[in-house]
Amino acid sequence: MPSMFSALEYVPDWLLTHGPAFLMALPLIMAAITSILPNKRVAWASTFIVTAILTLTAFALALYNAEVGTTIYKMGGWAPPHGISLVVDALNAPVLVLIALMSFITIIYALPATVAEIKPNKRAPFYAAFLLCVAGLLGMVITGDAFNVFVFLEVSSISTYVLVAMGAARDRRALSAAYNYLILGSIGATFFVIGIGFLYMETGTLNMADMARILADLDGGSRVAKVAFGFIIIGLGLKLAMFPLHTWLPGAYAYAPTPVTVFLASTATKAALYLLLRFTFFVFDPSYAYVADELLYILVGMGVIGMVFASLQAIFQTDARRMLAFSSVAQVGYMLLGIGIATTASVAAGYLHLINHAVIKGGLFLALGAMWYRFGITRTEDFKGLGKTMPLTMGAFTVLGLSLIGVPFTAGFVSKINLAGAAADAGWWWAVGVIMLTSILALVYIGRVLLLAYFQSPPVVNGEVVVRNEAPLMMLIPMWILALTSIFIGVESDAVVGAATRAAELLLGAG
Amino acid sequence: MSDPSHTSSETSEPILGRDPHVLLRVIAKFLIPLIALFGLYVQFHGDYGPGGGFQAGVILAASVILYALVFGLKAAKAAFPPRLIRYGMVLGVLLYGGTGVLSWILGGEFLNYSVLAHDASHGQHYGILAVELGVLVTVTTVMIAIFYAFGSRQPETSDEDW
Repeated sequence: MPSMFSALEYVPDWLLTHGPAFLMALPLIMAAITSILPNKRVAWASTFIVTAILTLTAFALALYNAEVGTTIYKMGGWAPPHGISLVVDALNAPVLVLIALMSFITIIYALPATVAEIKPNKRAPFYAAFLLCVAGLLGMVITGDAFNVFVFLEVSSISTYVLVAMGAARDRRALSAAYNYLILGSIGATFFVIGIGFLYMETGTLNMADMARILADLDGGSRVAKVAFGFIIIGLGLKLAMFPLHTWLPGAYAYAPTPVTVFLASTATKAALYLLLRFTFFVFDPSYAYVADELLYILVGMGVIGMVFASLQAIFQTDARRMLAFSSVAQVGYMLLGIGIATTASVAAGYLHLINHAVIKGGLFLALGAMWYRFGITRTEDFKGLGKTMPLTMGAFTVLGLSLIGVPFTAGFVSKINLAGAAADAGWWWAVGVIMLTSILALVYIGRVLLLAYFQSPPVVNGEVVVRNEAPLMMLIPMWILALTSIFIGVESDAVVGAATRAAELLLGAG
Repeated sequence: MSDPSHTSSETSEPILGRDPHVLLRVIAKFLIPLIALFGLYVQFHGDYGPGGGFQAGVILAASVILYALVFGLKAAKAAFPPRLIRYGMVLGVLLYGGTGVLSWILGGEFLNYSVLAHDASHGQHYGILAVELGVLVTVTTVMIAIFYAFGSRQPETSDEDW
């Protein structure tokens, strides 16, 4: 990619050196300023500019990382392991780009969406909470300090609860969904921080690289390390919606304001999955017996059960957003399966699916949001005739839906074929079967709404057939960016697969 | 305790002899400045010993909350308007973040206080002072805001709202 490397010449050196801190400080400071900005468009404009800058910075850092390798930024000039370090390596650079890019795309979409969904006096706080959430997610991905992870996890979680609850203007059930998420999310964060506490007790450090070194010296550590590991996995499992711990997710996705759902579905669980990778393979190591057991029995077990059960639940949902939410739980199962097989190829496939699924599910929720915006559609049976009344929106939904199923030349196909290939290479033929089975289940729940949209005529309201009423341009643009990205990844998968492979090699070593 | 005092503060100034909470008011009036002073002591002592912005902020907010408990929420809101409280929360974050930005401008890492003065140890001193001041402002105002939010909550959700 020589042409892409030369793009770095246009990036100021300052940004490459201080980019890691800039990436989390900018949204944090701007969130404070945005919260007191006059309402309406000013708050949106400032958020738009911030997310655009974040996206460029994240891209620049990722390119820089591909060129020079892992960089460590010393916060406040204090050297690790005592000071807090910000680390950009092959594992988190793609996730940083993903979060920044999805926040940017969400904000484009949010301009028309918030007008419909958020009360005018709540819009500036909405954007402020959104920026805080972005800051938290970027922070927990970029930091090299385990306690710092917890702090940013809470920054992002608490702002997310607020964002979900803001859906109450549209549907009062958002309040109970947000409360449910608050309780379970807090339990998850508590488990996580208890785990960090035990780990600190065992190793005497909070720097993750230092922890990894000391644990390796201790040959996996004593029972304290095992308990710590258990707490961390349960805590992260709640955050990433691992199968039996996913109950907060459908409600939160279904009743949050639509831009929030888009952003959450594509980033929040992904950041937690990144942390799972970071802790399982980087801080701990699969060579410790208890980590290997966790990979085999918890991640693979829960992943596979989740894939099948959540897909089945998705089929029987009447609410379209709940359907996609259960599908998200199932897709997390794919990623867990990939991580659990624990070969370089399978972890790369799981990581690839993490990125692809963010693109796909973000786009699908965008399309659903546009449908709600125009026709107030939330139930699957209301999809009747949408192929005629909203052809462009439905077109994007179809492309992304096919990608979710795993049709060739789409992003979903690339990650599923990689995952199936990795499972077969490891001799896990039954896992290949499960992947095929759940793909068929995905075909059922996506196909169900596609059939309604294309082979049923538009409904008759007040004696007149509903006419074409396409979504506004500000919704179509981000939607199609994601739909085309998913096709692009499907056709020209080298860049993304390369990034995923580099991430997996960082965790497991080449080969 | 808060309920009768609340109602008495809303009526016009009660006759001194008949106010059942005169003792409470006098003691509170005596204590509030001391609590605030102690808060500031904890704040500025934070550089050298136990203390710091968070603890000081909570103590300072406690003095305002005591005022609100004894003299009523209305009086407290008149003294510390919710609008200012909101700006205070932002100001604190900006003080903290601004220190980081300043250290960027002066050529150091984010929040590297050493560059803030010619002498690194002086820089560290100024830096921690500014940052702790930011923490104090934000913690105080957030505590008060939480109290206001609970204190002025709508009594019940009516059936129509569901």
